[in-house]
Amino acid sequence: MSAELVLSGVLFFGLVVLLPLIMLATAFLGPRAQSAAKNEPYESGIKPMVGRADQKFSVKFYLLAILFLIFDIETVFMLPWAVSLRELGLSGFIEMSVFILLLFTGLIYVLSKGVLNWR
Amino acid sequence: MNQMDLIELQPDETFVLNVGPQHPATHGVLRVKMTMDGEYIYDAETVLGYIHRMHEKMAENRTYAQYMPNMGRLDYLSAMAFNHGYALVVERACGIEVPERAEYIRVLTVELNRISSHLVWLGAFVLDLGGFTPLMYCFDDREYILDLLESITGSRLTYCYFRFGGLYNDIDEPFIEGTRRFVKRMYKELKMYAKLVTGNIILMKRLRGHGIIDQNMCQRYGATGPVARGSGINYDVRRNEPYSVYPELDFDIPVDDGCDSYARYLVRMEEMVQSLRIIEQILAKLPEGPINPAKKPKIIKPPPGDYYAAVETARGNFGIRLVSDGGKNAYRLKLRSPTYSNMHLFDEACRGMLIADALAFMGSLDLVIPEMDR
Amino acid sequence: MELSLLNAFIAVFIAIAFVGANAAYLVWWERKGAGFFQRRPGPTENGPWGLLQPPLDGIKLMTKQLLIPGGVDKAIFMVAPVLAMFPALVSFVTIPFSSSIQAHTIEVGVLLIFAFAALGSMSLLVAGWSSRNKYAMISSIRAVSQTVAYEIPLLITTITVVLIAGSLELSEIAAAQMGGIWNWYIWPFQKSAGFNIFMPISFMIMFICSVAETNRAPFDLGEAESELVAGFHTEYSSMGFGLFFMGEYANIVIGACLITILFLGGWACPFGDLGFFPFTHHVGWFLLKLYLIIFVFVWIRWTFPRTTIYGLLNLSWQYMIPLSLFNLLLTAALIKVFA
Repeated sequence: MSAELVLSGVLFFGLVVLLPLIMLATAFLGPRAQSAAKNEPYESGIKPMVGRADQKFSVKFYLLAILFLIFDIETVFMLPWAVSLRELGLSGFIEMSVFILLLFTGLIYVLSKGVLNWR
Repeated sequence: MNQMDLIELQPDETFVLNVGPQHPATHGVLRVKMTMDGEYIYDAETVLGYIHRMHEKMAENRTYAQYMPNMGRLDYLSAMAFNHGYALVVERACGIEVPERAEYIRVLTVELNRISSHLVWLGAFVLDLGGFTPLMYCFDDREYILDLLESITGSRLTYCYFRFGGLYNDIDEPFIEGTRRFVKRMYKELKMYAKLVTGNIILMKRLRGHGIIDQNMCQRYGATGPVARGSGINYDVRRNEPYSVYPELDFDIPVDDGCDSYARYLVRMEEMVQSLRIIEQILAKLPEGPINPAKKPKIIKPPPGDYYAAVETARGNFGIRLVSDGGKNAYRLKLRSPTYSNMHLFDEACRGMLIADALAFMGSLDLVIPEMDR
Repeated sequence: MELSLLNAFIAVFIAIAFVGANAAYLVWWERKGAGFFQRRPGPTENGPWGLLQPPLDGIKLMTKQLLIPGGVDKAIFMVAPVLAMFPALVSFVTIPFSSSIQAHTIEVGVLLIFAFAALGSMSLLVAGWSSRNKYAMISSIRAVSQTVAYEIPLLITTITVVLIAGSLELSEIAAAQMGGIWNWYIWPFQKSAGFNIFMPISFMIMFICSVAETNRAPFDLGEAESELVAGFHTEYSSMGFGLFFMGEYANIVIGACLITILFLGGWACPFGDLGFFPFTHHVGWFLLKLYLIIFVFVWIRWTFPRTTIYGLLNLSWQYMIPLSLFNLLLTAALIKVFA
């Protein structure tokens, strides 16, 4: 009961009240001057020319993002295992070793495929 | 070197990124229009003209003496060498003899100025790479040089110290003492920089093998100074076209054929040591005597003709071509400033680089914008 | 019921106040530290030793114009800074400062911190994307790929410690290291770790990953000012920037707290249980270790130049992740053998 209470308290107090309040305070306290030049996105003092910033962006990190997803999900599997390793006995250890070795092999395979070749 | 073929080109996904004129990496108002493919540079174009002040045209409607202060406004970091170049060409044109003491003091101040210029470069370069602290150390050391030069020239940055045939002011005992103390201090500081910066693993990884310019490219673009010497070209105006008292001094021209940013870095660091050696020698054998010639024309009016002089500034070969029609003003004065040539390497060399490497490479070229955009 | 609600709010309020004060005064601490490393005094003008600098900075930021450039996605643009500060606030609830000082004991404290750290990197992405600025866009992509890459070794190393302590609860992990400096998990040949020789390496991985996770120099590629001007907060002014700034420092405190608890014994006194001495196992020890680690963070920032994005990602994927995976497996095997 109280764990949820604390968290919702923080959520309410932090996210819903305090931080937006700080943002709002600046809107009231600060000046409100507007001009065309002021509203331009910054690009070293030049009007942005070819290409908008929200266009299709050639991302070299796409494969890394996929890799991350795989690894992050698999590490989550390890957490409950880590807590209860001492109770699991030998089979628990061997099963997880196989799992980690598989992960490891996958990583080596991906690296050998040249995901990290930058140049 | 050209990594374009390794990058899968998707022309509809490139975009133009303006680096400059208001960008921390360009150290001034240089603008680089980069066509980017993700983080890779597909094409780059440097755009000049944001700080153009028509220095060459100014020479045509000012007397020779009046034009002297302009020399401090070109390269604000090594103004002394620019003073020297201009004084040299006018002296050659008018046939004015310079007393020996004045020559030694000229070289002394130029070399001090060269060290201060390299110190600013070092600080700014490491700042480009993301290390802030060396900048503070460098400016601390540079402060000593500025104080010294201020005590004899009256200004701290845009010097106008040289006169045709001599100097504005003689150096005094406190200046010589201060210079001796500075040389001692600087050797210690250089050791510290070697520990803090040169041997740093991150720095080496970022500089070694990046920003490669080969000899051929240097020659095509007319690159001089530490940029050319970092590519293994043994060319230094002080040695190849000697002027002033440089032939009487014992110093080495550091050359490194690594061709990468690290080679240029090492060359500049070694140049500081060589400048210190020159200063030590001059302090040891500074002759007595006047600092201005006994006989000197009241109004400088070079005979009609075409004259040229070149000096080695902190950034390379600075040449002045003076065409005189015999009047009080120059008919035409052409300035050949070193970074103008050095900079144009950038467009070609940075293709296919990542933006981080390209800006580190730009830092290693040691660009001073008011000097190329004069 | 009434009492627990009140308690909860008091605890939360204290946690927020601690984060706020820390975030503000770490800026002062960083600037003083930078001054120390750079042969200059740092802030001196406002108050003794410049101690009034942070609140005055806050007031200044508050009274600046909150500029929303044309073309940005307004709602998301405004939410991003809040999102940057908020996870740090929540994470603090789970941090045990001593056996008695903890806002709330949560059985999966470690998990909670990691979950909210991911939310923090989300704020960078959102900020960069909604800004409609090319620098911000590049920067946010970098920052996210970086935090993502370093989250894995960080998590795996944490699992190694969880394995040794046998608990996901931070206070229990710290409690398992009581009884003297030699019981801390940073040292090799711990009996509870099955005499694993690689524990210092685990600590190093954890430390480097914390630096990278908090986007600090030499891994501050998201805000590499010589390349990307100000990175993802290029378009932010006034308190929008202020919240990003505070959030960054709050995250540093979280990272340092995690290192302290996981490897340096939390509030444990380094001399073991002295009994007669009133300050064994005291919150003071925790804070001392915490600020020592933060000092090292500051030291590193003002010493090293920045790495590049490929060097950074290669370091994580080629060295950190295989090494931490290997260490996890080794620790598990050793525990099975010896314990």
